[in-house]
Amino acid sequence: MDVKEINSPGYDIPDDLENQVAITTLDKIYNWGRSASVWPLMFALACCGIEYICAQASRFDLSRFGMEVTRPSPRQSDLMLVSGTVTKKMMPTIVRLYNQMPEPKYVIAMGACASGGGPFKEGYNVVSGIDRYIPVDVYIPGCPPTPQALLNGLIKLQEKISKQSLKTVRWYQKGEDRASIPVPILGPDLIDPRKITLITNSQVEEKSS
Amino acid sequence: MTTSIAVETLDLSSFFPGIVSHDTRPGYSGWVVDKLHLFEFVLKLRDEYGYDLLSSVTGVDYYPDDKMEVVYHSFKTTGGPVLNYKVQVPRQDPVEVPSLVSIFPGVELQEREIWDLFGIVFTGHPDLRRILMWEGFSGHPLRKDWKEAYFEEESKPFKSRWPEGKIIHAENNNKFNDNISYPSGFDPEKWVPEGEAALYGALAKYEYTSSDGIKSDNIVVNLGPQHPSTHGVFRVTVVLDGENIVNLKPVMGYLHRNHEKIGERNTFLQNMPYTDRLDYLSSLSNNFGYALAVEKLMNIAIPERADYIRVIMAELTRISNHCMALGALFNDLGTFFTPLIYLLEERELILDIFEAVTGSRMMCNYFRFGGVARDLPEGTYEKIKGLVFERLPRKIDEIDRFMSENEIIRSRAIGQGILTPEEAIRHSATGPLLRASGIPYDIRRADPYSVYERFDFDIAVGQHGDIYDRYLVRLIEMRQSVRIIQQAIKGLPAGEIQTGKPQYQVRVPAGESYGRVESPKGELGFYVISTGKPSPWRYHVRAPSFINLTPYGHMCKGQKIADIVAILGSIDIVLGEVDR
Repeated sequence: MDVKEINSPGYDIPDDLENQVAITTLDKIYNWGRSASVWPLMFALACCGIEYICAQASRFDLSRFGMEVTRPSPRQSDLMLVSGTVTKKMMPTIVRLYNQMPEPKYVIAMGACASGGGPFKEGYNVVSGIDRYIPVDVYIPGCPPTPQALLNGLIKLQEKISKQSLKTVRWYQKGEDRASIPVPILGPDLIDPRKITLITNSQVEEKSS
Repeated sequence: MTTSIAVETLDLSSFFPGIVSHDTRPGYSGWVVDKLHLFEFVLKLRDEYGYDLLSSVTGVDYYPDDKMEVVYHSFKTTGGPVLNYKVQVPRQDPVEVPSLVSIFPGVELQEREIWDLFGIVFTGHPDLRRILMWEGFSGHPLRKDWKEAYFEEESKPFKSRWPEGKIIHAENNNKFNDNISYPSGFDPEKWVPEGEAALYGALAKYEYTSSDGIKSDNIVVNLGPQHPSTHGVFRVTVVLDGENIVNLKPVMGYLHRNHEKIGERNTFLQNMPYTDRLDYLSSLSNNFGYALAVEKLMNIAIPERADYIRVIMAELTRISNHCMALGALFNDLGTFFTPLIYLLEERELILDIFEAVTGSRMMCNYFRFGGVARDLPEGTYEKIKGLVFERLPRKIDEIDRFMSENEIIRSRAIGQGILTPEEAIRHSATGPLLRASGIPYDIRRADPYSVYERFDFDIAVGQHGDIYDRYLVRLIEMRQSVRIIQQAIKGLPAGEIQTGKPQYQVRVPAGESYGRVESPKGELGFYVISTGKPSPWRYHVRAPSFINLTPYGHMCKGQKIADIVAILGSIDIVLGEVDR
């Protein structure tokens, strides 16, 4: 967002106050600050993580977007870049990390595997896309996406952030915390606590048939 | 290089009458050993015939035949071809084979993997737990009668999609609309998770009494799977006495992507892009190993130009891999990101060449059986030439100048994480890890493949087996790779790049083969069994990162907790290859 945009809220500014006072909306200034300082979680799963490191390095340089500050702790980060194949064994950890991130938080599914299972979809230990468990804001296709594609995805996320409004965002609503997600359990296969009744019913059906 | 006895001339059946017999199945080689005499055989093989490196152990399921097999691949560290032997057991539970951990600790993790994926019990193994899947998972996935949740057909291309070209979502065939299936009789209401009691149970005692009679506790610390210095999703569980490491267990499987199960459904050529994703920092070396294994079975020759291009690409891969490995090691030693970013600059230049030649930066998918996919495009020859004659030698010297004498690097690396040569061999370590311990074992020399015999290069060897020597070995290897590419690019012949016409479907005769290359991480082997069908019966990867982790606990014991990270960095693992 450039200066002109911030300064055009749709109100007339008196002539004698021009160049001294800027009028803008709270949403615009709030989103401008947030979208220009997204701190990603230092978290790489697989091959896509290497392209993410390349995007961090001098050639592509993420600091142009205010995203060079990767945090090793989820408590300090705004963005989780799920970069690589999500396995069933890793799934409880990812959900726990997501729950630990403070609001506002965003998730990017980087690459084919995180978006839908990718080339390993048929594998017995592979989750068919991270969005089966946690909400995803931006999907980036590719196997792996090039750093350019990743940058495009991050710019899309910035666009999404700048369209949000303080009135409607999830984290300022009253009521219970709506972002936390039940942690899956490692049983004979991965068990989603939200699907327990479905599993029980199908097992009963199987027995009776 | 010493000249060694070729395997075929060594008639083991006469040395071990009644115990060993020749494997006579068509296309197979090696020996079948009686299960009861395995110890005796292995000891004699090691002590009298010099096969001291038990490189790879894997299982094969011959369902519906009543037979399971454990296959051992053994080498001499002085060089020479493979000697493989097998133990055959009936397929009734419990399937039992004696464990070799007491002789070769290097098989510890591999035997756990076979137990996990095949359900073969290794009697006498000190810590037989699941390794890639979790405790409590139902079934042993690599058994041929075990079906995954998205199972459609035994082998590709699936009839539903070809030749009609229909698209079916695998989810729609599953009653949960997801990649899950539960054994019959499973009741989620009554079931209790097994958790990690087995892991913590394996980590020795937590309580001890010191010499003055005071009772004290050790503490258990978990690093990972989400930890910035574990190079991915690796997890280490350590028992600490103060700051000193008492015991350490690597925990893996967080990136287990089922390469081997998927590989057995794929056709031979369909596996090529999957090998890229094993060690995703050096995809072209992986292509190389797999191509060699299948070419051995098909028995085809490779045109000279293709061989040269292969060597150039594999050595460029080695340089780019070591850039990443050293950068990450410096990170772990405390130089926060600056040297890594210097090294990534060089890596980017090499990736540019890969992108021009193969079409992709990382997942190159470039090798084909009998050659390579396409010739070098215009301008690439000059680019490679400029890189290896001008830029890289100067940049490697620069890193040497900046880092080798650095006080912090030296004080954190010298004398830490020592692995003696004897222990390195016993633990089946290969690659820079073994060479830094003083064993000049490099497959490019010990068992030459492709056209490596034509080039003049040195093998980097360390003396102390500590972190610093591993760093130096990698630095020297980068220089030697530059030297090899300089020779190869000068002598690059003109001509064909592929034997015969390019094909989607290759005909592979029945038999077994083991193709191995010196990948940047160590010995990368592919064990392929073909039954003459379009897809392999068994497709196993001998992953150097995975096996190099076997001595990790041994190296860490007695060190301080901060050294865990530095020692792991010096092994240079990639999780895609550790977990496969």
